[in-house]
Amino acid sequence: MKSFECPTKGYKESDVVTMAHGSGGGAMQRLIHEVFARHFPYLQKDTDAAVLSCEGGDIAFTTDSFVVDPLFFPGGNIGSLAVHGTINDLAMVSARAEVMSVAFIIEEGFPLSDLEKIVQTMANEAEKQKVRIITGDTKVVEKGHGHGIYINTTGIGVRFGVRLRGGAWPSPKKVSVGDRILVSGDIGRHGMAIMSVRENLPIETEITSDSAPLKELVIALFEEGIHVSCMRDATRGGVASALNEIARARGVYLRINEEKIPVSEEVWGLSLILGIDPLHIANEGRFVLFVPKEEAEHALFVLRDYEEGKNAEIIGEVMREYEGGLVTAITLLGSEKIIQMPEGEILPRIC
Amino acid sequence: MKYVDEFKDVKALQKILGRIREVIERMKKNGARFPLRIMEICGGQTHSILKYGIHEALPKEVEFIHGPGCPVCVTPIETIDLALAIAKRSNVIFTSFGDMLRVPGSDENMFETKAKGADIRWVYSTLDAVQIAKENPEKEVVFFAIGFETTTAPIAAALDMAEKDGVKNFSLLTAMVKVPPALELLLSDEDCMIDGILAAGHVCTIMGYEEYIPLAEKYRVPIVVTGFQPAEILLGILRCLENLKEHKTEVSNAYEWMVQKEGNPEARKMIEKYFEVIDRKWRGIGTIPKSGFGLRLEYSRFDTEKKFSEMPNIPERKVNPHCGAVLQGKMKPCDCPFFGKECTQQHPIGALMVSDEGACAAYFQYGGLKK
Repeated sequence: MKSFECPTKGYKESDVVTMAHGSGGGAMQRLIHEVFARHFPYLQKDTDAAVLSCEGGDIAFTTDSFVVDPLFFPGGNIGSLAVHGTINDLAMVSARAEVMSVAFIIEEGFPLSDLEKIVQTMANEAEKQKVRIITGDTKVVEKGHGHGIYINTTGIGVRFGVRLRGGAWPSPKKVSVGDRILVSGDIGRHGMAIMSVRENLPIETEITSDSAPLKELVIALFEEGIHVSCMRDATRGGVASALNEIARARGVYLRINEEKIPVSEEVWGLSLILGIDPLHIANEGRFVLFVPKEEAEHALFVLRDYEEGKNAEIIGEVMREYEGGLVTAITLLGSEKIIQMPEGEILPRIC
Repeated sequence: MKYVDEFKDVKALQKILGRIREVIERMKKNGARFPLRIMEICGGQTHSILKYGIHEALPKEVEFIHGPGCPVCVTPIETIDLALAIAKRSNVIFTSFGDMLRVPGSDENMFETKAKGADIRWVYSTLDAVQIAKENPEKEVVFFAIGFETTTAPIAAALDMAEKDGVKNFSLLTAMVKVPPALELLLSDEDCMIDGILAAGHVCTIMGYEEYIPLAEKYRVPIVVTGFQPAEILLGILRCLENLKEHKTEVSNAYEWMVQKEGNPEARKMIEKYFEVIDRKWRGIGTIPKSGFGLRLEYSRFDTEKKFSEMPNIPERKVNPHCGAVLQGKMKPCDCPFFGKECTQQHPIGALMVSDEGACAAYFQYGGLKK
């Protein structure tokens, strides 16, 4: 009988998973392609949610795990992050989150008061977004075998709006030369908020996470008739990662303008101190979107009408076809530089 | 935000660029020889130059030669192998600055060693390492003490804290280096093509710039103490060009808001108290006399290499010879035959590709690839 087993990648015993594999950059992309996509042939690997065509409409389906440290941070906690993250993964494939499952992996000794705080936040956020949490699971692991609490979610959503641009949904394939690139708000706040509390930096900041649901923003764009070519939330790996993924998937040369990138003063200042590029920092309530040139200003107007979108900007455009993809930025001095896919864990420089 | 917005002011940047062009034009009329080659010593400056595209914004008459000031890049591979061997010990918590963790040793980097069970933690402040030692009295906490004078001062401060608080389970694996001896080595090379030098602002914040005065005189080259933001680097270049135009071979300070001639006396005192100047091996260059800091004999109880019994014997390793040429400014990263081919940020061969401050990483990240 013919074997359907895919040949293994052939790792050496010394090859191990490192933190870089979870950082949303190049190492993670390779892991997905070399291990997961290799053995899971049905994986829809270019988006964070899969879409199933059903009679009467499309269903979108996503799963996500949350391991943030610390569990409570300025602007949210692991629970709000879990609800927002799930809603956003669905929103990015043009789907309105309807139902969610929640699974908890809890470490022995975890305070019940903290657990309740997290659960209460999740309930509130889900209620606000009209998402129903309808099933779940709880596992308790021995002390030392987890970091307080981990959360896994699954979300199911229904696609909204009309099919766009020749009958297909937004995707990297729909990106056209001349499209404008927008970012839905100021970037880098989530990653910096986490870093400022996690790494015990001797710096007082007022940076709060940007964690927020993006569903309303995306629906508003559709309802206003904006023909969004492509959208992607700029989570781990930041805007740099999101743009590089799209450039590669579509084979285009994208150019952004550094002066136009919205960054708050606090994030900019801290990024200078730490030597970290705001484009590489994770966001939990920001997305990049590509729209036809003539609709860019309209899209900006729509986004800015919302609290989460009030700092939206048009940051660049699709220059031309480019095999393998390329992302560049015009610097403050007018030079052009390459924006790479971030590699590995984002670490502060020595000096 | 003060000290942030000023450096992002595009008009101010254009104004300085305009003045740089004027100086070049006047030098042309005086029959000056071009291109003028300016070496920025510090890897942080190299990173800024590539990140902001300063090299492209400048007139073509000015070329950068990238200097050896990347602390991660000059740390010998044998030292990294030694660090990894120490980190693997079960009673050790190994602490390090973040970007050192990515640098490959002969077999693996610290992330991989950590993934296999070693307790390796990155710290932002050296004092955090002492704090970790206080919180884990049953463990030996080692701090990987690398860097130039800039980081040597806070390393001395950590030692001071450990000393005063009686922390006995804290030690340093030292590999700190000094800028001036390496600079002199480059300047004394008979093939040296450097017309002007941007000295590293952070190093001078600690040490001042008195040490550079004899170098500027002896090798007849202007040296300008320079900061790291685009406007600061452009100001440094402007001052350097003005001095070249006037044939002034002296040390100027274009980072006055941070640097005083004598540096930071308190920090210097602290360095002096705990460390002595020793010969030090530099990756890609070799041993440079009096170019490093080591612990004074009376503090050798804080010296990991003396404190730990049975130190592993680390064999000497060959490194890519091109790295040395790039490190000394004799070769541009993109002229290295391995650049972007065998050696990428995903699979670095040399340390210059690993640290953000390495010239190769800066080229790879921001523009060394074909368009």
